[in-house]
Amino acid sequence: MIALVGNPNTGKSTIFNTLTGMRQYTGNWPGKTVLQTQGFYRFNNRHYKLVDLPGSYSLLPSSPDEEVARDFICFARPDCTIVVADAACLERNLNLALQVMEITPRVVLCLNLIDEAKRKGISVDILSLSKELGVPVVPTVALNNYGIEDLKKTIAALVEGKLECSPRRIEYDDEVERLVEDIESHINPIIPRSLINFRWLALRIIDGDSKLLEAIRSYLHLEGEILI
Amino acid sequence: MKLTELAVGKSGVITSVAGGGMQRRRLLDLGFIPGSRVENVRCSPTGNPTAYLIKGTLIALRREESDMLFVKML
Repeated sequence: MIALVGNPNTGKSTIFNTLTGMRQYTGNWPGKTVLQTQGFYRFNNRHYKLVDLPGSYSLLPSSPDEEVARDFICFARPDCTIVVADAACLERNLNLALQVMEITPRVVLCLNLIDEAKRKGISVDILSLSKELGVPVVPTVALNNYGIEDLKKTIAALVEGKLECSPRRIEYDDEVERLVEDIESHINPIIPRSLINFRWLALRIIDGDSKLLEAIRSYLHLEGEILI
Repeated sequence: MKLTELAVGKSGVITSVAGGGMQRRRLLDLGFIPGSRVENVRCSPTGNPTAYLIKGTLIALRREESDMLFVKML
């Protein structure tokens, strides 16, 4: 199972259509994909289920459609997550990429609209970017199929374990790191480790993201107060 | 000065983001980060909301949100 996430209007649904051959409606307005859409494709005799998620600036959601994206990455734990980024405004897109990398190590950064970026005089140093982030980076132009084979190959290599990612881990200051450790030890007996990334959850608890705790509670059918 | 006071067509650099919790986090996630350049592109008839160009994307903010952002005029 492969998830597609990205900022609004970066071409997630176009990538989705190109990969699956489907005609999922694409449109240039926000909130177009309010629910997730699913599709399939085959590559090297393997079946892939692809899930297109609503556009999102952050995994700390402020609207129901962003919650869909957060819940999926957080609870459904896809085998690989493709972060679709607009190559022309990479800086703002990397925020989400880093957040996704904090939850899951198996991430591919898909630099879409690379032709538009070129037209604007922006060239991206793919190799350095990939090295800095610790995840594969694939430039694409979804509309004319450019880079799509590469994307499929990269996904396959990740899923089959032929390619190892070591996403750059963001270190916080000592106080936060101490808190994270402390909270992690409290989470341990309550929630199975296979279910959620503890470090990420601990950071959200420090953020005071009460909605996330609500989501976890309903997801796990936990009774009463969990944590803190 | 507050981002709210930035006139249409003018640009500034964000100096600080006030407030706390998820509201502040949200503004940061949208790209309103200290040191970033921001331009007031247009505003609705009442001035609320107003559209700002930030890191290559237009984002509309309500006055309560732009009041939390402080800028230096360019």
